[in-house]
Parts: sequence; C-alpha cells; structure tokens
Amino acid sequence: MTTALLQVSDITAGYRPDLPILHGVSVSVSEAEMVTIIGPNGAGKSTLVKAIAGLVPISSGTVSVAGSNVTNLLTHKLATASIAYVPQTANVFTTLTIDENLKLGASTLSKAEGARRIAMAYDNFPVLQKYRSHKAKVLSGGQRQTLAVARALLTEPRLLMLDEPSAGLSPLMVSEVFERLKSLVSTGVAILMVEQNVKAALAISDRTYVLAEGRNRIDGPSSELAGDSQVATIYLGAGGRKR
Amino acid sequence: MSGYIAYLVFFLIVALTYSIVVMGLNLQWGFTGLFNAGVVGFFAIGAYGTAVLTGPDRAELIGGFGLPFPVGVIGGMILSTLAALVVGLATLRLREEYLAISTFGIAISIQLVALNFDTLTGGAQGLTGIPRPLFATFGSPGAYNLFYLGLVATVAAVVYFGLQAALHSPWGRLLKAIREDETAAASLGKNPAMVRLQAFVLGSTLMGLAGGLYVGFIGYVSPMDFLPILTFQIWAMLIVGGSGNNRGAIVGAVGVWALWTMSGFAISRLLPVEYQSQGGAIQVIIIGLLIVLTLLFRPRGLIGEAQSVSRHVS
Amino acid sequence: MLQALADGILTGSIIALGAIGLTLTMGILRFANFAHAELITWGAYMALGVLAITGVFAGPIGPFSFGLPLILATLVAAVLTAALALVVDYLVFRPLRSHTNHMTVVFSSFGVSLLVRMVILLIFGGSAEYYSDELQIAVRLMPGLRVMPDHLFTLGLTLVIVIALHFFLQRTRLGLSMRALAENPDLVRINGIDTRTVVRWTWIIGAALAAVAGVLYGMTVQLRPEIGFQLLLPLFAAAILGGVGNVFGAVVGGLIVGLAESFSVLFIPAGYKMAVPFIILLAVLYVRPSGLFGGMRGGAK
Repeated sequence: MTTALLQVSDITAGYRPDLPILHGVSVSVSEAEMVTIIGPNGAGKSTLVKAIAGLVPISSGTVSVAGSNVTNLLTHKLATASIAYVPQTANVFTTLTIDENLKLGASTLSKAEGARRIAMAYDNFPVLQKYRSHKAKVLSGGQRQTLAVARALLTEPRLLMLDEPSAGLSPLMVSEVFERLKSLVSTGVAILMVEQNVKAALAISDRTYVLAEGRNRIDGPSSELAGDSQVATIYLGAGGRKR
Repeated sequence: MSGYIAYLVFFLIVALTYSIVVMGLNLQWGFTGLFNAGVVGFFAIGAYGTAVLTGPDRAELIGGFGLPFPVGVIGGMILSTLAALVVGLATLRLREEYLAISTFGIAISIQLVALNFDTLTGGAQGLTGIPRPLFATFGSPGAYNLFYLGLVATVAAVVYFGLQAALHSPWGRLLKAIREDETAAASLGKNPAMVRLQAFVLGSTLMGLAGGLYVGFIGYVSPMDFLPILTFQIWAMLIVGGSGNNRGAIVGAVGVWALWTMSGFAISRLLPVEYQSQGGAIQVIIIGLLIVLTLLFRPRGLIGEAQSVSRHVS
Repeated sequence: MLQALADGILTGSIIALGAIGLTLTMGILRFANFAHAELITWGAYMALGVLAITGVFAGPIGPFSFGLPLILATLVAAVLTAALALVVDYLVFRPLRSHTNHMTVVFSSFGVSLLVRMVILLIFGGSAEYYSDELQIAVRLMPGLRVMPDHLFTLGLTLVIVIALHFFLQRTRLGLSMRALAENPDLVRINGIDTRTVVRWTWIIGAALAAVAGVLYGMTVQLRPEIGFQLLLPLFAAAILGGVGNVFGAVVGGLIVGLAESFSVLFIPAGYKMAVPFIILLAVLYVRPSGLFGGMRGGAK
C-alpha cells in the first residue's frame, strides 16, 4: 500500500471536551480507494467525518492529508486541503437557486475557472441544468444529493467524504448514487463514506471500518468482512439489527 | 445613629421588593431561558393596578375603588398576568428573540399609558395618597417601616420557598428537562411551549406582586418610578447574583441596589452641580458594565446555579 | 391627510434604512441585536462630532439645509459606526456566541445598548442638537402638501440604497455568501468560505446603514441620545413585518410602520404614537410571524 492520502491517527473528539464521542479512532484512506465506515447507531460515524472536516473539535490524535497535518483545521480550509465533504442532512442551501448553490461551491476558485467547472457540472448532471434557476427546496431528496455531490466536486478534491449518501433514498436511487461514486473512484478520487446500509456498503467499497461506541472494532477488505459473523454480532450486541 | 437604621430599613424594604422581581425574572431567564426585556412594565402594571384599586375615590379619576390592600395587590397581579399572556401567547411558539422584542414593546406601551391616560393613572403627576396598609395601627413612621420590612421579608421568603418547592416538583424537573433538551422533552409528550408560557406568566405575576408591595410602601405611583433603567437594574441584580439560583437573586438584589444607592450618594457628594447629569450616566454605565463584564468573565455570577453544565449545548 | 401621508413616508423611510441593517444582522448573524438602535445614535453623533471638530461649514447646497461637510461627516461617521460594531462584536458578542445559550448574546446586546447610549450622553450631553441652523423653505408640491427638500432627499437616498443593496445581495459573491450564511453557517464553511469575513462585512454594512439613518433622522428631526432607543421598537416591528433577513421587506415594513404612526394621530392622542409599532408587532406575531414577504428564516423555531 502506498502512503495514505488521509491518515486519522488515534483521535479523541466530541462537541464538549469532557464528553468525548470518539475514543482513539484511527482510519486511513489511500489514493483512489473507496472506504466505508459502518457501525450501529451512536457509534460515532458521523462525528468522525465531522471531526475530520473541522466541525467537531479533536482533543487528541492527528489527522493528516497527503502527509500534512490538518488536525482541527478551520472548516473553510477543507477545500484548499483537497478534501470535500457532503453532510447527511441540510447539505444544500434550500433558499438559494441551484446555480447559486454551485457558485458558492466555486467560491474558492477564480470567476472564470468557477464558471468553467459549473458548466462541466451541468453537463455531467443534466437534472441540475434543468432546474438551474429554481430554488433548491423544489428538489427531491435524490436531486439534492446530486447537487451536494456536484457542488463538492467543483474544487476537484482528492478525497470526497460523504455522510450516509443513501439515507432516505429509494432503492433505485441508492444504486444509482453508488454507481456514480464508483465511477468517481475510477477517475482517481478517493472516497470515505459513512453508511447505514451495511450490505450495500460492504458490496461497493474496497475496505470497511466497523465502529462501535466511539472505538474501532474491526476493519479490513470489504469482501472479507462481508462473511464475517463478528460484524453481525457488533450490530446485535450494541443497539439491535439495522436494516 | 437612628437615622442610619431608619435608612437601612428603608433601603432593605426597597431591595427586598426588588428581590421578588428578580426571583420572577430568575424563573423566566435562569430556569427557563426566556429573555424578558420589559421587566419594568410588569412591575408597573402591578403597582398601578394596586394603586387604582385601593386608592381613594376622586371625581376626576377612573378608579379609586378604596378596596382593601390585599385585594388591590391581587388585582395588580392579575393584570400583570394578563399582560404576560398577551405577549406570551403571541411569541412562545416562535424564536426566543420575539419574546424579548415584545416584552420590550409592552414596557414602552405601558409607560405611554402611565404618562398619557391621565384619568386612570394621573398622568405625569401619578397617583398620590394611596393608603398604606395598617398605617394607622402604628404610632410612628419608624415603627411602621419596621412592620413593612417584616411584611416584605415575609412575602419574599414565601416566594423564595414557594419557588424552591416548585422547582423541585415534577413541574420544575420538566422545566429543567426542556431547557436541557427540548426535543427530548417534546418526544415524551410534553408541550415545551406551554411549560415555558407557564414559567413566563408566573414570573411576570411575581413582578406584579412586587409592584403592589412597592405602592403599599411608597404610597404613590408616578411614571418616574418605572423608567426603562429599572429593567437594567433588575437584570444586573440577577446576573451579578447568579442566574439560576434564587439565593443569588436575593443577594444580587441587595448588593446591586446597595451599589446603586451608594454610587448615587457618592456622585451627589463628589461631583460639582453642573456635572450631576453626567454623574447619572456614570451610575448607569456602572450597571451596564456590571452586566456585560459578569456575562463575559463570571457567567455564573456570585452564586451561580449549582450544576451549570449544558445550557443549550449547541 | 395628505400631510400625514408625506410625514409617514418620511418617517417610514428613515425607519426603513435602520431596519435594513437590523434585518440583515438579525437574518445573517442570527440574533436580535438590541444595540442596533445605538449604532444609529452613535452614527448621528459621530457626524455631529466630525462637523464640530473640523468646524467647516461650506454652506448648503441648493435647496437643502446641508452641504458637502455633512456628506463627508456622514461618510466618516459610517466608518466610525462600523468600527464600533466590529469592536463590540469582537469584545462581547463573539466570545458569548461560541459557548453559551444563544439568548445570552441577545441579552448582552441589551447591556451594550445601555452602555453606548450612556457614553454618548457623557460625551455630548443630553440636550437636543442640530447639524445646522439653516432654515430651509418648504416646497409646495400640491395644495395641502408642503415638503422640505431635505425630506425628499431622504426618500430618494433610501430608494437608491435599497436598489444598490438588492444588487449587492443578488449579484456579488459576498452578497451570495451572506444569504447562504443566514441559512446554514456550517455549510458555508464546508463550501470553503471563511464565515468570519462574511460576518465582518455584515456588521460593516449594517452599521454604515445605521449611521446614514442616524444622520437623516438628526437632519429631519433632531439629535438626542435617546433617538436610537425610541427607534428600536419601530425598527424591530418593520424588520419582522417585512420578514427577517428580507431587505425589500424591511423597506415596506418601515414605510407601513411610519405611515401607521403618522395616521394614528388622526384617531388616537399623539402621546400613544410610540405604541403603534408594538401593536403592529403583536398583530404580525399573532397572524403571520414569518412576516409579509417571508424571510431568510421564518419566525418558527
């Protein structure tokens, strides 16, 4: 394995320092690799990606991207650190138009470059082109997800982090989203994705981490974990079966 | 010497009256997180209500019903309650700011009524000659003041113990639960807006009660006793004393009122006559600084809430 | 009647200018800033101070009561008012914003408003001041309607500012970021935008508008340390009536409040005029808390 693109080492993090949610979690993602994080409710999956994104303070441990330390970086510096992040909910501005949403995503670029990449995004996602001057609140859940991903890709990140991209989508939409993510990886973008849908996550990703109660439990190639009875035990043991 | 004691008694009557207002505000802010920016309005309603109900009959005025003092005070409390319901029902389902803005508005409107509705409130002159309860029973003003201090202290104590009991009752725990996690409380089938409304209205009623006691002691009302600065003073008492703690509320009331009177005394002694109005500004600046600096550097006040963790984590 | 209409529009346009700044800070910075009114007073007095220090009075231009010095003084006052807003935000609001109950910030603004008002009182004294003792001749627009040239200027300036601000919010990157910040600050950061810069510019714009409103108020009425305090309720009423965060709404709200105040005198004693905004406010909160035109953020929690 080459040097990791993202290396999360032993981080402890939480909204309040006296109540950590993550207790020494480590995760790594290599170039053009798709990694999923699964685990029962309350495992700290979302907190992990938020901590990497600088939205939850890290009290110990480090996060580095391509060798440079980005622990507790200010969230707005994500883009310059080649990371893009798509939150699970409220991931588009519903009061702004599609076009304005994309313009915001291109804020760190020059006007000309921004316009060029937005035009490309419209080519790649025709549905956005169709609604470009509508407020994002008219979009369906799947369309919002598309807009959020299109927005995240404008800065041409090397690592895309997604928090439950399949949440609330119809099965058909889910497979469409996953297909798209897979093809992204083939273009060289690494993906770190939180997923509730264990089966789908194990089927699509290269490697998987299982978290429980804010700690690493198991990790390894997804194909191996798929048959691992321990994974099921963790779900049954902490919080019951999920989907 | 007796002059000092007489002054001390006078001082304590006023300070303890304010402590009841502060406890009402503490129920709203300290325990429920509601920002009442018009404290003086509810205090004034109680005072004017009591004055109108107990005052002597005068041809040119509405009111002057000459009712017994306790009836007057209760009447004043009911009026404060109604005023609180008007703004509370409008705003408690909305964002918290709207309650702040509306209470600010009601205080201004009440001041306008006090100034302009001459036939009810006596206008700028106010209402004078309000009977002081049991005044004739006591031989001297000094003895009467001692009696009144006892009365106010008793009422303050009743309010204090009553509030403590309420806060430790299931209702008080519900209040706390809503403050800590509104969504969780709502999911248990409780209606947070309704509980907040109850706390807000009860707090305002206590302010009305204090207004009635104030009138009973002073014997008159005028708009000058209910200037907007009083709202700030009451807030300073609460914040400095430590919001979320009723003992703090009482300590803050006495402490800040002492600071206010002493600073006023010092300014009137030390500043030349031509600078007296600036002196008033300095006095107010002290109050403003007390509020802002306490918020910044000692958010729990002198005696803070016992467990001050997790006020709205997010 | 006609005169009441003209007076109402004048008062309304001053309220509108103040309410624009208030609605922006309320919508974007997400708190009801009670000290906004004091920014208006501060701006008005800073302009007076600049006039007094420079001591020049180049004489009025055309039919107006003011000349170039007051215009320059207003610009300086706008800068000084923005400076005050930034200092207060840095010293008071920012530390409280990060780690306490959100209403603590609102409450601290209440304390700040008192402090600023008293400092103005200390520096300038409590009596009424005027920018100029020039008399100006009212223009008779039609029978029964006489208007001061200054008043027409106020109206025109309000109009220009509203249009300029609209284009700023719709067409520029900063304006777009401001509207986005009102909806979801975290997502703005995720988009790579430093929200601190956006917050700073929001303060600067809101405060500069407050300063202009203050000068216009001082020009058409008079200067007193209480002017901001007296404008606060009309400003809140206008901002909420128009929908919090909605610039256009704030202008319409301001005009409605101004007109209601001036027409109220026909029906109720003038002493109650100041309660009119409160009645409007209550009516809006009961009937349509998101305001006439809806805001960046509705009234519901």
